[in-house]
Amino acid sequence: MSLFDIAFYFFALITVASAALVVFSRNIIYSAFALLFTFFGVAGLYALLGADFVAVAQLLIYVGGILVLLLFGVMLTTKLVSVDMKTGTLQALPATLLFAAVAGALSGVYIITDWNVLAGAPDAATTAVTIGDMFLTTWLLPFEIASVVLLVALVGAAMIARRDARSKPTQQAAL
Amino acid sequence: MELLIPVIKISVVLGVLLGVVAYTVLVERRVAAAIQNRVGPNRVGWNGLLQPLADVIKLVMKEDIVPKQANRFIHDLAPMISMAIALITFAVIPFGDSITLFGQAIKLQIASVNIGILYILAMTSLGVYGITLSGWSSNSKYSLLGGLRSSAQMLSYELAMGLSVIGVVMIAGSLELDKIVQTQHGWMWNILLQPVGFVTFVVASFAETNRHPFDLPEAEPELVGGYHTEYSGLKFGLFFLAEYTNMVTSSAVITTLFLGGWQIPYIGLAGLPAFWVSILQVLAFCVKVYLLVLFFIIIRWTIPRFRYDQLMNLGWKVMLPLSVLNLLVTGLVILYL
Amino acid sequence: MLEQYIPIGFMFIVAIIFGIVMSKLSEWLGPKNPNDVKLSTYESGMEPVLSARERVSVKYYMVAMLFILFDIEVVFLYPWAVNFRSLGLFGFVEMLVFTVVLMLGYIYLLKKGALKWQ
Repeated sequence: MSLFDIAFYFFALITVASAALVVFSRNIIYSAFALLFTFFGVAGLYALLGADFVAVAQLLIYVGGILVLLLFGVMLTTKLVSVDMKTGTLQALPATLLFAAVAGALSGVYIITDWNVLAGAPDAATTAVTIGDMFLTTWLLPFEIASVVLLVALVGAAMIARRDARSKPTQQAAL
Repeated sequence: MELLIPVIKISVVLGVLLGVVAYTVLVERRVAAAIQNRVGPNRVGWNGLLQPLADVIKLVMKEDIVPKQANRFIHDLAPMISMAIALITFAVIPFGDSITLFGQAIKLQIASVNIGILYILAMTSLGVYGITLSGWSSNSKYSLLGGLRSSAQMLSYELAMGLSVIGVVMIAGSLELDKIVQTQHGWMWNILLQPVGFVTFVVASFAETNRHPFDLPEAEPELVGGYHTEYSGLKFGLFFLAEYTNMVTSSAVITTLFLGGWQIPYIGLAGLPAFWVSILQVLAFCVKVYLLVLFFIIIRWTIPRFRYDQLMNLGWKVMLPLSVLNLLVTGLVILYL
Repeated sequence: MLEQYIPIGFMFIVAIIFGIVMSKLSEWLGPKNPNDVKLSTYESGMEPVLSARERVSVKYYMVAMLFILFDIEVVFLYPWAVNFRSLGLFGFVEMLVFTVVLMLGYIYLLKKGALKWQ
């Protein structure tokens, strides 16, 4: 087994095990915390595949941003922390249907796609350069649309803030 | 053999880093004392030179207290996360050009990765976890407030930090730290080419390391010890060490990005042998980094702390638009000059 | 190109071991005589009142949310900055459009007072 294989199985193990913990843990804080390792493992897998820019973007956005948001959400809600999460089965039928649909779609994509198998690891010395080049030439429209999507999200965030300011005019002084 | 070189490099760098960090604590205490007309620690060893050792022994021998209300697992984990992340960040910083030892060219950088600068930003963003988790797990009001404040502060200033780096990347055309250093030859240090970016980056670094005047997370008058109120012994020591390690690391990052890294302007004209040039460059890097560390320390003892709303306003309403503007101006200058 | 990550892997292992050993050291070597008062949460010498995990201002949540949105913008800017010289004016204008759209959102946030920290 080469070093590459060892690293792959290591990251895969981290990802799968912590993802299982996210789902099965009864304490929501542990769930959120385990998600940290899931994201980290996925970033490791990206790096192994030679997609270093994507790996770092994963760390920057998911670990550095989204997970902090989740932790804030969980930690700042008193009731959630002490509550025992239900991990039993609810609504078995819709869940099964959804599972079948998602699994079917994913395996379908897996089978249909004409996988471009490379002999060795791709020369990823310049992934960021390639990505930038693609963004600003071939995929310009999706790139600019991304900014509009972000704008919509910003406006949404502003709406939440405004409602908060109106409903609680005497907000606590800066904590 | 192939693996031996990185192992040696890592041990040397970590050894030097931890040594410097331990003595920075002493330096800070001596500088503080000098500024306040005191003497400072001078009893342990000659002029207090063994003080760091005494401090560590004292911390090791302390009782390790975990409050009953705390979440034990996360409470234990938080200082480790803080410390480990502080150390890991140093891996991509080039502290010199390559040097030829025993007929083998050795690059004076632990890992030269393509996305070096993004690696540093990513690790900085992980730094939030140690503090947030310690604040939450202690289940003390002071800790929680310190942790919350700190994470919101770090998030806010990370944006300005990321944006000010982009100006440097535009000039260098690369995310690799050694390339960024190489483009800063002669007088072309980025501090001259990117003065606004330099200022925003330094301010953001102060905020990211929770150093004065941004040390709201542990503002003693209001929050006792902030996020590490409920820690004792070496676990408290780890937070302390992590703070100083972060300070040294961010000084190294500032040096690399804006102060020419290991470059000495026009050293080539002196006609020294290559080996000595490399040694001098490593020394130059260390001197630059340490001057910045001293700057961090002196700032702490000269200006008062921000109020939290001032801090957030500065981050969101001044730093963010300023760094975006800097980006546009840099773009125009590169295009038309 | 993956070889360049091996030293970082080493560094991770060393740093984690260092962290674990250091934080366990005083647990192993220090004295152990806990009592109820020592193990209670610190609250300026008073009996702790309620749990610390109370509801906190939603502002913190807002900061994290806005951070993600702007962070995505920053990440998008990096591939552009690397290519800046080769893309020239065309690339600059494209990025200008991208940034201006987001800055409109920023101005809207300012006007709505979402960035006001009371």
